[in-house]
Amino acid sequence: MNDYTVVHEKAPAFFDRFARKDENQHQTHYCPGCGHGVVHKMIADALTELGVQQRTILVSPVGCSVFAYYYFDTGNVQAAHGRAPAVATALKRSNPESIVISYQGDGDLAAIGTAEIVHAANRGENITVFFVNNSIYGMTGGQMAPTTLLGQISTTTPWGRRPNNDGMPIKMCEMLSALEAPAYIERVALSDAKHILQARKAVKKALELQTQHAGFSMVEILSPCPTILKMEPTVARHWVGEVLAKQFPLGVYRDHRAEFVPVDVPQKPLAELLGLGGEKLSDAERQSRRKNTQARTIKVAGFGGQGVLLLGQLLAEMGMREHMEVSWLPSYGPEMRSGSAHCHVTLAHERIGAPVITRPEVLIAMNEPSLRKFGPMVQVGGMILYNGRELPEDLQFEGTTVHCIPASQIADEIGAAKVANVVMLGAMLEATNCLPLATARTVLADMVKNPKLSEMNDRALDVGREYLDQDVLALAVAGPDGCGE
Amino acid sequence: MRQLCKGNVAVVKAALMAGCRSFYGYPITPASEIAEYAALLIPQAGGTFVQAESEVSAINMVYGASCAGQRVMTASSGPGISLMQEGISYLAGAELPCVIADIMRGGPGLGNISPEQSDYFCMTKGGGHGCYRNIVLAPSSVQEMAALTMLAFELADKYRNPAVLLADGYVGQMMEPLELEMTEAIQPAKPWAVRGTPETHGNLVSSIYLTNDLMEEHVRKLEAKYLECERSECRWETYRAEDAEVLVIGYGIVSRILRTAVDVARAHGLKAGLFRPITLWPFPSQALRQAAEKVEKVLVVELSTGQMVEDVRLALNGRIPVEFYSRVGGNVPSAEKIHSELMAHMEALV
Repeated sequence: MNDYTVVHEKAPAFFDRFARKDENQHQTHYCPGCGHGVVHKMIADALTELGVQQRTILVSPVGCSVFAYYYFDTGNVQAAHGRAPAVATALKRSNPESIVISYQGDGDLAAIGTAEIVHAANRGENITVFFVNNSIYGMTGGQMAPTTLLGQISTTTPWGRRPNNDGMPIKMCEMLSALEAPAYIERVALSDAKHILQARKAVKKALELQTQHAGFSMVEILSPCPTILKMEPTVARHWVGEVLAKQFPLGVYRDHRAEFVPVDVPQKPLAELLGLGGEKLSDAERQSRRKNTQARTIKVAGFGGQGVLLLGQLLAEMGMREHMEVSWLPSYGPEMRSGSAHCHVTLAHERIGAPVITRPEVLIAMNEPSLRKFGPMVQVGGMILYNGRELPEDLQFEGTTVHCIPASQIADEIGAAKVANVVMLGAMLEATNCLPLATARTVLADMVKNPKLSEMNDRALDVGREYLDQDVLALAVAGPDGCGE
Repeated sequence: MRQLCKGNVAVVKAALMAGCRSFYGYPITPASEIAEYAALLIPQAGGTFVQAESEVSAINMVYGASCAGQRVMTASSGPGISLMQEGISYLAGAELPCVIADIMRGGPGLGNISPEQSDYFCMTKGGGHGCYRNIVLAPSSVQEMAALTMLAFELADKYRNPAVLLADGYVGQMMEPLELEMTEAIQPAKPWAVRGTPETHGNLVSSIYLTNDLMEEHVRKLEAKYLECERSECRWETYRAEDAEVLVIGYGIVSRILRTAVDVARAHGLKAGLFRPITLWPFPSQALRQAAEKVEKVLVVELSTGQMVEDVRLALNGRIPVEFYSRVGGNVPSAEKIHSELMAHMEALV
């Protein structure tokens, strides 16, 4: 028989002995009169009462409660300063049936971690946040917190917090309750027995809501820090109620479940998502199936919106289907959004080295600036296909075959300006014979599901090819330099 | 069957093949397609995609998911990688596996979005605080973007450490044929994970060791792990290096240009060879020493003002001259330019 009567049992969610501590394993590291011990007890009791201790994960922050994991016999994760809500987000998403607690102080939550708490709340993450606000940095020895009161002296506000220099104490409950997603936000205080009882209820409610998948909940707990505030514990408690709570009014700021209409994502088998299937060919098999193809380095250039990158992709896709080695390299970035665009396409029979083409064999210039910029870089003996009726008067390219195809105009006549690139493709295939025209038709048919557009693409290919034939005839008459008339 | 695929997209497909069902990210050019395709594909495979409020949050979500035992990844580029460094240090300190794709762009600062290789230092040397390393893999093709992503997940789990896919903007943005074969993703058991279940409820993930001796013990444990990784995980590739008089060294897109440059040089009678590190950390120092045994000179080419070249110099330790050529700002050298550099350096030798 014990010679004492147990009045309050240790909460089972606490370890019997704090073995993770270096010494004094029978007591916490918190100072006498500190609020953390009280909040820990409330949480531990609530976990037991709700029967969720075994599936709880506590995220310890940086600050005085950095060692919360010394005490809680739960799953424990230690997070970087301010990042606990982000860590908690992924813990919860990974195991939706777990109970995830983000335990944070005022510096952690309301200064360095402001972005994380706002966005976890705004996503309505189904986690519970306990925010211990004692108006001061405890662990680092008494520097200003975002919640330090005006005029309050700290080691970094030696004249007291000055609004003109340090801004105003930040009110997190008020801020977060402006969001639509949170389910429950309340501010309580550890100022006296009555308020501590209210705090207990709030702590339990916030956790219970999580078991009901209600969404984001946060309890801000105004808490005494007698050591740093240099007050007797009873005075500090009194100060919390009389002074701190004046700046941070107690009460329920939010208490309704977020009314999301969930949007489900269709599920697909992995093979379908990844585009797997079809036969795998060895290099030798590919080589033997490669017919009617010629290696080429090609540059396609023009205005953004002329389908320049797509034309390059069409060529690469065709080359791949014809069992060639191919690469497609775009210009990318802001220039994509307006201005010019170009891409490099290599069609090869061997493994491709540099996919960057400095001197292309073929240039498809969809506009005059591209012709001027890249025309001179075309290899001797190469070819330029220019989107225009004739070359600008001041331009000529020695040693290069030039074909002028008014592709934009032809495309307009066909009925869609956007098929100009396909007109050029038809002409290019006819001029180079590097890939079969039939493959172009198949690839286009696979990529374009709209029957009307598909028909126009087919016509564009034919017209481009026919125009080129006429151009070649004219060239034969006019000689190799410049465009035929 | 081969599919024409962008490098960045190949990363997501490979991640799915590796069993990754968690992606937390933040958009940035030229890495954004990774987040976009993760957003498209991973939820359809029953996984989680969250666009975080910042790279700081993204990497801490990665930390949370890794704590929970998930195969998880994120992707970013220069400025975003700078923001992630704190989290990467925590991941390494807490011995948490994850995969980070860095599709490098021009820097410092906001820089530009064109390809560079200027994150080599911050990824291989530990851009965050403390004695840690990332396992860093450098793909040079779309097929390798996929293969090395899968390898990154494997190595991250094996060493319980972040693994980085370090690619330049070109490798991320280019399209090439990709061949994927369905394989069963083998994931090791993670008894240390914190899943919020009765079996794991006693587990703790942390990187804090308050007493000096415990901290040293932990750092030594990490050190031993890194030494083991250096012994076992170096990967590299050579091309026409057997009889080479001069070795060119580069990774990523540069190695592709160098491969062509080697052919150009050989066509002009210069016996050049290529050494391409595939693991940037651990750096294949010993393999490089062997490959360089009979050469008279090496030329390192980078899209940075000289980062990997330091590891080459450390590996060769003054035995032969190490020359360096670079382009930055998004410019890339042509194979012909490399050839002329080579010629100039070899003539200088005579």
